[in-house]
Amino acid sequence: MEEEINIEESHREIVIPGEIIVSGSDYLPGDGTKREGNDIVAYRYGLSDKNGKLIKIIPLSGVFIPRRGNVIIGRVNDITFNGWLTDIDSAISAFLPLSEVPRYIDKNNLSDFLDISDFFNAKITNVKSKGVDLTLEGKGLGKLEGGIIVKINPNKVPRVIGKEGSMIKLIKDETNCKITVGQNGIVWIRGENVEDELFAKKAINFVTDRTFISGLTDKVSKFLSEEKNGGKK
Amino acid sequence: MIEESNLTTKRIREYLEHGNRFDKRNPEEYREIKIEFGVSKKSEGSAKVKIGKTEVWAGVKMEIAEPYPDSKDKGNLMVTAELTPLSHPKFEYGPPKFEAIELGRLVDRGIRESKYIDLKKLCIEEGEKVWQIFVDVYSINDDGNLLDAAFIAAVAALKDAKVPFYDKKEGKIDYDKPSKEKLPLTENEPFNFSIYLIGDKFILDPTQDEENAGDGRLVLAVTPTKPISICSMQKSGEFEISEEKFSEILDTVEKTHKIIFSKIQKLVESSAKK
Repeated sequence: MEEEINIEESHREIVIPGEIIVSGSDYLPGDGTKREGNDIVAYRYGLSDKNGKLIKIIPLSGVFIPRRGNVIIGRVNDITFNGWLTDIDSAISAFLPLSEVPRYIDKNNLSDFLDISDFFNAKITNVKSKGVDLTLEGKGLGKLEGGIIVKINPNKVPRVIGKEGSMIKLIKDETNCKITVGQNGIVWIRGENVEDELFAKKAINFVTDRTFISGLTDKVSKFLSEEKNGGKK
Repeated sequence: MIEESNLTTKRIREYLEHGNRFDKRNPEEYREIKIEFGVSKKSEGSAKVKIGKTEVWAGVKMEIAEPYPDSKDKGNLMVTAELTPLSHPKFEYGPPKFEAIELGRLVDRGIRESKYIDLKKLCIEEGEKVWQIFVDVYSINDDGNLLDAAFIAAVAALKDAKVPFYDKKEGKIDYDKPSKEKLPLTENEPFNFSIYLIGDKFILDPTQDEENAGDGRLVLAVTPTKPISICSMQKSGEFEISEEKFSEILDTVEKTHKIIFSKIQKLVESSAKK
């Protein structure tokens, strides 16, 4: 099993926009690539990934592109008569309608629930050219209270979460913090005290600095235990 | 700017009430400072300064110009700042906005009022021709405390600057001819302190998050005459300072200045040798 992963990773190469990844009609262009004549050309900077016939790019940089179903962390920018205009750190603004909030809210006082500059955890229901629609209906979605906000590169979110959430679970357990990672790269950390929160922030930055090292989970667990012992001394 | 979060701000303020900062510094402690000279080849003098992750470049360019009517026997000094969009998403292209103008003027005032440059020596012909010094400041990365970084960079660039060769007969400047003549600098080397007031505490050298959490800023430019003297001061933001608070700030500034000033002198010496 492990060998398989290694072989797969060795196929990954760094590509820049305009670079020809492969030629020939055997392959299909996936995310971040385009077919130009006989070639498959990269149009993002990242790692090229071959999965069977499909060629896609795992981007190393770039902004968050909203997709339906993404769970994100946003901030209220403005309040309208039927909802909240919010910033989700994307090029387009997002709208959270009143009807998508599963609790009673006084229509005349929307700011009682979410005021300007409040943070919340929401899910994207719809992406249109005009904007993004959000919902709070779902498990664990709602207003965020207390804690700190950390911004990371949205392309590194999958690595911070890890396979089936292994990485984030490790950090959560070791630091005794509640952590929510939004797909847009906004991370919310809340712990018993500020020291725990800063420790979790440090751990997350440790992960984002070393995204492309194999066996990262072990390294992170080592780092966490070292930091913990060092702190106690 | 989504990074400006009221949650983080609240935590910073709570934490500071116990005298703690997020990066474990003391309230009056500066981050690591780095200085590098000669980053721009075509300028008369240039410097790159880093305070933590904050990075600023400054360059000095000199020209012959007419003096201002109220200072006919003095050279001209002009400091301009550009806050580039690459340094922080809050800055945009286009004509300089409030922050850039303010930064340039604060650096200008600090250097001018400290009498660091002997402007009278920059006069070539009274009322006709004087040297004009342009100091251009560019922000490369903004992680708080741009002003102090810009100030150190501007002063370092002035130290690095060499007056280009001026041909009196032809009235032209030969920029390519190597010159060893330094600018006429005095001993009053200014240093700038941006003091951020947060609640009933104050901090020096804030990071970006701490700047957002602050109530306001007090800017003090000081010269190292003993005891140190203030040459420029500005308060911005809606807050008030009591008399005791102010003397507390002055004590801290005096104490920190001793440490930081000698540190910068050493840094300048060691990087100038290279």
